[in-house]
Amino acid sequence: MSANNEILKGQILDEDVMLSLAELSRACTIHADWIIDLVDEGIIEPRGREVSEWRFPGICLYRVRSVIRLQRDLGVNLAGAAVVLDLMDQIEQLRSHLHVLEPDW
Amino acid sequence: MEYKDYYEIMGVERDTTQDEIKRAYRKLARKYHPDVSKEADAEQMFKQVGEAYEVLKDPEKRVAYDQLSKAGVAGAAGEGFTPPPNWDAGFEFSGGGFTEGDSAAYSDFFESLFGQEARQAQAGQRSYRMRGEDHHARVLIDLEDAYKGATRTITLQAPELDARGHVTTRNRALNVKIPKGIRAGQKIRLNGQGSPGMGDGPAGDLYLEMEFKEHPLYRVEQRDLYLDLPVAPWEAALGATVKTPTPSGVIDLKIPAGSASGRKMRLKGRGIPAKEPGDIYVVLKIALPPADSDEAKALYEKMQQEFPFNPRAGLGV
Repeated sequence: MSANNEILKGQILDEDVMLSLAELSRACTIHADWIIDLVDEGIIEPRGREVSEWRFPGICLYRVRSVIRLQRDLGVNLAGAAVVLDLMDQIEQLRSHLHVLEPDW
Repeated sequence: MEYKDYYEIMGVERDTTQDEIKRAYRKLARKYHPDVSKEADAEQMFKQVGEAYEVLKDPEKRVAYDQLSKAGVAGAAGEGFTPPPNWDAGFEFSGGGFTEGDSAAYSDFFESLFGQEARQAQAGQRSYRMRGEDHHARVLIDLEDAYKGATRTITLQAPELDARGHVTTRNRALNVKIPKGIRAGQKIRLNGQGSPGMGDGPAGDLYLEMEFKEHPLYRVEQRDLYLDLPVAPWEAALGATVKTPTPSGVIDLKIPAGSASGRKMRLKGRGIPAKEPGDIYVVLKIALPPADSDEAKALYEKMQQEFPFNPRAGLGV
């Protein structure tokens, strides 16, 4: 096992991280046109009106990578991927809510 | 090297049709896809299934694998499997090598059987530049970590190409800073800590998804905490000031007179810290003293006689 004592500080993908279109497409190694398709599909929602002003909350990075994997691995199209991600969000919310109501679950 | 039973992994019979293999793969891929699955070992399973399908979907590879299994399994199932010499004589894997999934993650077993041909085929087909695979890991942290911040060491298994181009698995330990204010479900991205890229492609990223360990006292929803606080009947009826634990220390909580069981009291801003910190909801649970002595029984009997109390009045009975 290799180990070193360096402490890695990651980036929390939350609302405090805002990425431009160029930054997001570079971080995902994906073409900017493709990211625009995701915005059109409503999978990720940037702040700002003009494309040049778009700022994406950090979690978009995760969503974009998820769509890439879902397409590649399962052959899901964009609309399908949008449904999957929305349902996953809902399941996550329900799970945590259920947990509060039923501590033994 | 461990022999892999691809049929078992896919949950199909050895004489199953190509169509059924495809269907089984589709189903398992959905079940274990790391972006969808909540199974603990989803990523591992997904890779295994992908590897099994890579072999079984290609009739030539499948026939070769079947022959190999017949020849090899009898002698050495499980650990210590060595393919017999010339097991692949007469086969030409024209199927195009790795066609989907993360080829770097395939097992040593796969690698020794199909690896070389496949890699050459792949190298010829594509320009040799590919972003490395992203990795995901779930990290269990203590609720207290979200209040104070912490450093956690996580161990990951990472496939790696050695100098001769063989895939080996390496354990990798990373020290990761868990910042104060982290919530369950949040993801931390570690840039470039995924699989190395092919050619001069960039490395993938590592995504860590945070999850709180089960806490004996608190239940967590987003930034809020829920705590069941037992109170005596007289504390709830008459009002009282009682000691209440919070992750940042014990506090005195004032219970208003006439509180019913289940009453929720909010401790504003004492949940998980953030710019807008969460709250703690204290849920009152009235605890009954046991009637386990003559004195206790006498007291309950006195209440029974002197209280005109029907707890089921609201039910109309």
